[in-house]
Amino acid sequence: MLEMNGISKIYRTDLIETHALRNFSLKVGDGEFVAVTGPSGSGKTTFMNVAGLLENFDTGSYSLDGQDVRRLSDEQRSRLRNEKIGFIFQSFNLIPDLDIYDNVDVPLRYRGLASKDRDQRIKSALEVVGLSSRMHHMPSQLSGGQQQRAAIARALAGDPRFLLADEPTGNIDSLMARQVMDLLEQINEMGTTIIMVTHDPELARRAQRNVHIVDGQISDFRPYQPRPEVEAAAIAAGPAPMTLAPA
Amino acid sequence: MLGYYFKLATRNLRRNAGLTALMIGAVALGIAVCVMTLTLYRAMSGNPIWWKDDVLYAVTMDSWDPNEAYFDDERSELPPEQLTYRDTMALLQSDIPKHTVAMHKAVGVLDTDDPAVLPERVRTRVTTADFFAAFEVPFQYGGAWSDEADRSAEPVLVLSRKMNDKLFGGQNSVGRRIRWDDREFRIIGVRDHWEPLPTFYDLNNSSLEEPEEVYIPFGWNVALEIYSAGNTNGWKPEQINTYQDFINSESIWIQMWVELPDADTRQRFQAFLDNYATEQKKAGRFQRPLNKRLTPVSQWLVDNRVVGNDDRILVGLAFAFLAVCLLNTVGLLLAKFLNGAAITGVRRALGASRRQVFQQHLVEVGVISGMGALLGLALGGLMLMGLRALYTVDPTEGGGTQAIAHVDVTSIVAALALALIATIAAGLYPAWRIGRIPPATYLKAQ
Repeated sequence: MLEMNGISKIYRTDLIETHALRNFSLKVGDGEFVAVTGPSGSGKTTFMNVAGLLENFDTGSYSLDGQDVRRLSDEQRSRLRNEKIGFIFQSFNLIPDLDIYDNVDVPLRYRGLASKDRDQRIKSALEVVGLSSRMHHMPSQLSGGQQQRAAIARALAGDPRFLLADEPTGNIDSLMARQVMDLLEQINEMGTTIIMVTHDPELARRAQRNVHIVDGQISDFRPYQPRPEVEAAAIAAGPAPMTLAPA
Repeated sequence: MLGYYFKLATRNLRRNAGLTALMIGAVALGIAVCVMTLTLYRAMSGNPIWWKDDVLYAVTMDSWDPNEAYFDDERSELPPEQLTYRDTMALLQSDIPKHTVAMHKAVGVLDTDDPAVLPERVRTRVTTADFFAAFEVPFQYGGAWSDEADRSAEPVLVLSRKMNDKLFGGQNSVGRRIRWDDREFRIIGVRDHWEPLPTFYDLNNSSLEEPEEVYIPFGWNVALEIYSAGNTNGWKPEQINTYQDFINSESIWIQMWVELPDADTRQRFQAFLDNYATEQKKAGRFQRPLNKRLTPVSQWLVDNRVVGNDDRILVGLAFAFLAVCLLNTVGLLLAKFLNGAAITGVRRALGASRRQVFQQHLVEVGVISGMGALLGLALGGLMLMGLRALYTVDPTEGGGTQAIAHVDVTSIVAALALALIATIAAGLYPAWRIGRIPPATYLKAQ
């Protein structure tokens, strides 16, 4: 459970103050798939950074899985981030001089897992995203869609409770975008809570719930409703090339 | 995690190869200059026979000009560092010291029967036999001559190991004949490797000379009319036409050392010196206030300014240069780390804490400093070799810096420690700084 109450975040310079989030409140239940939409500069990324414990907030309260994050030290926040949150970025953010295997290894290293355990998790995550055969490729040797799948594998390897995806399909073509969305949905079906920022209304419609942000505030909640037309389109496109392996 | 950080560090070195090379170069240059300066300073400032500091004394007496002190104003209270021949001979009569060394530098031509070996001018020390015992000079073959050989000028000499290697291929040459200045001598011993730095026992000309290649008994001075190849100073207008005139003159040219094993012998020898000086004053010599001293080695090095202010300033400048190099390295490190800030942001997002980011970058600094230290060490060695090549003109003059122109184990350890401590200290700020950057700053922009 992710619960924000009255969060505000202000960026200050010598000349101006920018209210990125204003009295922002949101509750995301376990296993939900929430799409966050809004115009550029509305505060979507700030919300994701605060939710992902990458930035502090000025006022309000934020509880992640029952833990009040405001009182946590950097060490505790980093640990919580490492154990509970997986990130997927628009620009993939793979480390360019590490191969895919080592990229997926990064969060597991910080968790202090044993080598054998890490190896199992890496291989399993890469299998889930269909990149087992590319594990020793460098990021530059992969297509955009493959890089994003590698990034998803990296997010999944740590078995997080929350997956925060910031425009995960923003840098890939529509076919790849559909595959990535399919993959996210499968991950969600396995119980991982997903919060996804997107500009694409089509993708947002596939989420269970939409949160629309304008000027740092939530302007619209749209609860989950089954959308038969989306499902029909997915069926027409055929089965996704990637499947989730059993845990 | 240390192994992981080390792996990342070596990988990161390649990421900005130019920047990395600049940093390693800057550290290496600073370290090299420090290694060279410290090696020289260490060679000059050490007491190479510290364990005998309470028993070994330089003997000095003020026989100098009644109107003018021997040394300048700052050291006017000190007597001259050398003795006249006649005072030396008088002091040699005392049997109080355990060992008495009277000596001076000379140059002679060494010649063997082997026609393949050309005669060679060699640096020679004309000395009493106690030189070897008092200064604990090791022997490869044979040993020193007897006191009797000093008195009766026996034709015996000691070769250095280096000279023995050159002339006899390192074989035991004891008993073989050799000519020194056209006089036949019998080799009685071969001195083993011995390189006291500074050459405390004779600080004339240089404190960094190599020990001489040949040693002959002090008694040969008169028979062969051997003059000093070191400093000979005089203050009195005297007619010196013959060698006899020379040794009877007020010219000072002989160094004297005594070994006094306990307080009692020290007191007795001091009294002996006092009596001698008083007698000489009565006889019309020693017209300056009586000033005769027994000076231990450590004080001797200070009195003779073996380590001058210039040397200390040089060390200071070397460290200032290192500081400049390290400041540049700090800038380069910051540039390198900030260049990789986006990746650090990703690592933070994936769970790295500030502490872990700090540690990772510190290990990277350690790898850079280690490489800088190794390169600096090699550069320092080259600089010392260059120094030797620059100042070694005439081998018979000992080269001056030959003995110090190598990097010893202490220098290696000091250089490594210096590089690691200095560079890691310099890298603390960049490593800390990179950990403080909010990770979100770079995640969207990458």
